[in-house]
Amino acid sequence: MIDVGVIDYGLCNLDSIVRALECCGANAVVADSPDAVWNADRLVLPGVGAFPEAMKNLRERDLVDVIVERVDGDETPLLGVCLGMQLLATLGTEFGECSGLNLISGTVRRLESSDSADRVPHMGWNQLVRRRTSPLLDDVPEDKDFYFVHSFHFEPDDESSIVATTPHCGGFVSVIQSGNVFGTQFHPEKSQRAGFALLGSFLSY
Amino acid sequence: MLKIRIMPTLLYKEFGLVKGTSFNSWRRVGAAMQAIKVYNMREVDELVFLDITATQDCRQPDFDLVDDLADECFMPLTVGGGVRDSEDVRRLLMVGADKVAINSAAIERQNIVGECARRFGSQCIVVSIDARREPSGQFQAYTHSGTQPTGLNPVEVAKRAAADGAGEIMITSIDRDGTMEGYDLELTRQVSEAVDVPVIASGGAGSPSDMVAALEQGGASAIAAASIFHFTEQTPAMAKDVLREHGFNVRI
Repeated sequence: MIDVGVIDYGLCNLDSIVRALECCGANAVVADSPDAVWNADRLVLPGVGAFPEAMKNLRERDLVDVIVERVDGDETPLLGVCLGMQLLATLGTEFGECSGLNLISGTVRRLESSDSADRVPHMGWNQLVRRRTSPLLDDVPEDKDFYFVHSFHFEPDDESSIVATTPHCGGFVSVIQSGNVFGTQFHPEKSQRAGFALLGSFLSY
Repeated sequence: MLKIRIMPTLLYKEFGLVKGTSFNSWRRVGAAMQAIKVYNMREVDELVFLDITATQDCRQPDFDLVDDLADECFMPLTVGGGVRDSEDVRRLLMVGADKVAINSAAIERQNIVGECARRFGSQCIVVSIDARREPSGQFQAYTHSGTQPTGLNPVEVAKRAAADGAGEIMITSIDRDGTMEGYDLELTRQVSEAVDVPVIASGGAGSPSDMVAALEQGGASAIAAASIFHFTEQTPAMAKDVLREHGFNVRI
């Protein structure tokens, strides 16, 4: 059984993502220490909350270096979810500029509504427009929607890391991949069958 | 396209789910966990769970109960009832709520919405407003499960909440609640025109065509409903079929 470390930095509830990973056949462990991150076969960086506070908490728990080392050094697969995807970036801009984990180079910016129908926060079920193939989406039918709830989005420097975009506020990156680093702006653990299919693909990558 | 959400509302009172009419005459409609499991199976868009007597009884939210329910809930869950300060919000998020609805406290405590939005992000803060149409024709917001008039216009409450950082407004017509006679379209429209954040229409749905009206004439972004799902054979999926026929994007 695959040991998945769900990184805990004290900002959000991890029960539903832990339960979802277990439903997909993993042994999910809450990883709140460098040792726990070190021992996992795969890492999930979940997240709800504000970018600077998340980075501050990761630093206070000495998790930043170990995550980067596991992901860059050992090529451990990592999936960032929602704020967890945004934390993969070089720079966040929520409540001022703040450095991220820099696992995929890019900047996190606020969604700018160009149309009064595109309300922010972007909240609810929306589609993925595939830009390239990724093992993360291999088992997900094209027409499936996912659950989003966010006001910020990831703008990667290198377009080749974009796996899918979602049409809201002019379109934003909803799935990202650079080698063994994956991110979804939506919540697979709240997206029912399609979300579980995606988590299953991450576990078998 | 962002899809129109249909959100079953579960009202909790004294160990079980209830549904009333105009915030009164509560009938028992089953156990919360059972309802969540059924809605999981049906893959509904989102659930709203409100502990309707917590504030009146001066109780905190039941964190253990929400913890148990959230563990079984593989869809987004909004939890409300008894939320008094940002610490209650934090604890609800920590036990698994995806969003927290603040009702009475959002009116009584000037800073709570702003403080919660800064701490946890706007996306998880829902301000829920209960309103009645007074004999004068004016709308008035009520707190404490519809028992205490505030002297405030719900549109003004919604505007301030959105300016303070609420990510979503849920507007419930007390008059229409449980009647299944349709949403208060005027109330819904006034609120959705006044704010830029998504507005959830609540109170009065008796048929899918009521939902169509709340979207078309009320300008709502999402639909909450309870009686229609408790007391009729209609399901969220059937309602979505009708919405789709009317040209709305829904998730299938």
